[in-house]
Amino acid sequence: MSQDLTAELCASVAAAIAAATPLCLRGGGTKDFLGRHCAGRPLALAGHRGILDHQPRELTLTARAGTPLCEIETALAEAGQCLPFEPPHFGPGATLGGTIACGLSGPARPHAGAARDLVLGARVLTGRGEVLRFGGAVMKNVAGYDIARLMTGAFGTLGILLDISLKVLPRPEAVRTLVLDCAGDEALARLRALARRALPLSASCHDGERLWLRLSGAERALGPAAAEIGGERVEPGRAEDFWDALVREQRHPFFTAPGAPLWRLSLPPHAPALALDAPQLIEWGGAQRWLRTVHPAEVVRAEAARLGGHATCFRGGEAMHSPFTPLSPPLLALHRNLKQAFDPHGILNPGRFHAEF
Amino acid sequence: MSRIQPPGRPFDDPELCASRAELARALRTVLPAEAVLAREEEVRPYECDGLSVYRQTPLLVVLPRDVAEVQQVMRLCHQRRVPVVARGAGTGLSGGALPCGEGIVLSLARLDRILALDPEARLARIQPGVRNLAISEAAAAHGLYYAPDPSSQIACTIGGNVAENSGGVHCLKYGLTVHNVLALKLVSAAGELIELGGEALDGPGYDLLALYIGSEGMLGITVEVTVRLLPRPPLARALLAAFDDVGRAGAAVGEIIAAGILPAGLEMMDGPAIRAAEDFIGAGYPVEAAAILLCELDGTEAEVAAQVEAVETLLARAGATEVRVSRDEAERVRLWQGRKSAFPAVGRISPDYYCMDGTIPRRALPEVLCRTAELAAEHDLAVANVFHAGDGNLHPLILFDANRPGELERTEALGARLLELCVEVGGTITGEHGVGVEKLGQMCVQFSARELAQFHAVKSAFDPAGLLNPGKGVPTPRRCSEYRQLPSPAHPHRH
Ligand SMILES: Cc1cc2nc3c(=O)[nH]c(=O)nc-3n(C[C@H](O)[C@H](O)[C@H](O)COP(=O)(O)OP(=O)(O)OC[C@H]3O[C@@H](n4cnc5c(N)ncnc54)[C@H](O)[C@@H]3O)c2cc1C
Repeated sequence: MSQDLTAELCASVAAAIAAATPLCLRGGGTKDFLGRHCAGRPLALAGHRGILDHQPRELTLTARAGTPLCEIETALAEAGQCLPFEPPHFGPGATLGGTIACGLSGPARPHAGAARDLVLGARVLTGRGEVLRFGGAVMKNVAGYDIARLMTGAFGTLGILLDISLKVLPRPEAVRTLVLDCAGDEALARLRALARRALPLSASCHDGERLWLRLSGAERALGPAAAEIGGERVEPGRAEDFWDALVREQRHPFFTAPGAPLWRLSLPPHAPALALDAPQLIEWGGAQRWLRTVHPAEVVRAEAARLGGHATCFRGGEAMHSPFTPLSPPLLALHRNLKQAFDPHGILNPGRFHAEF
Repeated sequence: MSRIQPPGRPFDDPELCASRAELARALRTVLPAEAVLAREEEVRPYECDGLSVYRQTPLLVVLPRDVAEVQQVMRLCHQRRVPVVARGAGTGLSGGALPCGEGIVLSLARLDRILALDPEARLARIQPGVRNLAISEAAAAHGLYYAPDPSSQIACTIGGNVAENSGGVHCLKYGLTVHNVLALKLVSAAGELIELGGEALDGPGYDLLALYIGSEGMLGITVEVTVRLLPRPPLARALLAAFDDVGRAGAAVGEIIAAGILPAGLEMMDGPAIRAAEDFIGAGYPVEAAAILLCELDGTEAEVAAQVEAVETLLARAGATEVRVSRDEAERVRLWQGRKSAFPAVGRISPDYYCMDGTIPRRALPEVLCRTAELAAEHDLAVANVFHAGDGNLHPLILFDANRPGELERTEALGARLLELCVEVGGTITGEHGVGVEKLGQMCVQFSARELAQFHAVKSAFDPAGLLNPGKGVPTPRRCSEYRQLPSPAHPHRH
């Protein structure tokens, strides 16, 4: 299915400007739990959809922002390709636009790059009601400021993403998952040591009891790498279920068990173990640590800051003033100025990301 | 590319002399006297960057030694509304570090220390004036290196790399500067110290790091950079493939990428470039070939073995007339020597050369090369092509003689047409050298007036008074209407 709603969306933005009514942008509605609620008239974006261009040999794909992530992944798979950053869907309706606006990346992130690393260009509808194009469908481009990357992870507060161009990659020839029994501290030490070697590692996770490691690359190369690492080989079906469903889509009991809010700590990968006593799941070679805790936000944030990172209340923070780490005064000033530069009337997702803009 | 600029006033213009003396006095209250250069022979070396067809003497040059001094200089200039142009090593190829006649050049050359190198964390925290190659040299003892490797890496600084989002041969696999910088500190136009990013893989708020990288010194002065270091791959091998047709070489690049192989580098040279390099350095390149591809594969021994085999087969199938594979490190280095010395080699066969920098979708390569040859003939000039084929980043080198009347102008006209050609086929006017002053006109071809206005608004969010590197990167509406009225080619527009 393919449909171009650019004209309708422009009209909606113009009307919103005229009536001074903010808009609450909605793709598939799969990530409502993340971030703040925004007060505004809902603006549906899922109808603006369709893959516009896929060039397997160029490693590029351009699609309308409302295109379901599944549709994109299916098209890529048919050409033996994939989205290298393995974005989580968090529901069947996930759209490309919502994925990029939230800037979320999956297990491959430390190895293949984040959403922002793979965004090459975007066509956006700004809060002034203008349709602008930045970047393109080429690998290297330094003409003008990198606004396509700025839009990635901006939670729709700077512009409505209309079309997005991404770098895509061939699926690895072979994948192998290994699992080792070890405690969290030991897992961190092992991950640190592995990071210093040039191994074809493509994902890592410590689930509380075991360290899971994924290798991707040429079939012939995986054997020697696996021998170097050791551990037990996981059967492919089970491995895929682990990485895609349990970790990326957060269906692991660590995530689904009722109770304490889920925190995401983004830390330097080499940061030592947390001093907070709470169940944890470690990903990204130590750079992403999930925590189930009822500790107050200040305590979790202070610990993240002590270790050189920041903390987001990922699920269960609806009632919080600020699920994301508050910004320092100079950064906040820049954010406000940028918001003013793209959305001077403050009609795009006001307060969705941070209360101040 | 057209050097229309307001004519600069002479260095000894009485009014300029008065403001120079006054500003120098003020700056010497915050910097040691010797760190403020005010005499003509002292500032002359700063009048241009690597694109020396543009020259302008600055009012003054300052050489601060630390962040606090940079902040004081910026505060002082902000109060007085004095424009500031940051400068690293001055190797830029788009006139980005070209001084402003009424402003100062702020050289970061003395902030040249590696502050920390943590092999455990694979990070280096460095000052902006550190040379690109010095990072890898310092990391080598730990088996690590900094991946982006512009050909100018012996000289260019990390501050300049951040400003241009520089790339290099290894960027196909390991990314550009934006993919390898984790954090930085900048001093704003008003003199405030701001930190972007961090040692974690993402930071809170907007991705200002990505916005800032590649902003050509127009949003802030970079005073510290934290880069990611990578473990040196245990093995690298290079392949050289010769083709008797440029189009076939281009198609072979697509075959390799489509097969799921991600080479560490994938470079192409055309006949004129091959012959110039061979004359210069004698790397043993096949001089009768129409094009060669250089492909580097790295990783563990098993990975490299598998990939070399696959690439050899693909190249043969794609019609290569000859394929060589390096057997040892010495041979690998030798295969690269010709490519690495391609610019100076071309410099030897022609009194002057002008290096262009556009990116195209790779599939347009045969068409673009063919039209490049046609356009070169129309302008009565020769072009040698060297490029990062893997990511479609072209570097046509236009050969000319600046001493022959009209030849530089013809070169610039041809260059402009070549960049517009890149836009026509869906590409961009600059892949890694930046817009600077050089490509302001072509910005009007690639972007609409509203897009350019949005860029100006972003600039104002960081620098409302417009003091940082004024007149660079983004053209004014007036500049665009002038450019569009220039005679010569029909200016295509993307929309
Ligand atoms: C022979 C040769 C080969 C080259 N090969 C490549 C290549 O392979 N890939 C590539 O990408 N480039 C290449 N370049 C271009 C150039 O080397 C790069 O753009 C480089 O990053 C510039 O660094 P620099 O220190 O010389 O910066 P400069 O030329 O001094 O400055 C470049 C820009 O950065 C700004 N700037 C510098 N330092 C700072 C700072 N601390 N804070 C804020 N702004 C700053 C300046 O204002 C200017 O706009 C080549 C150049 C030459 C001469």
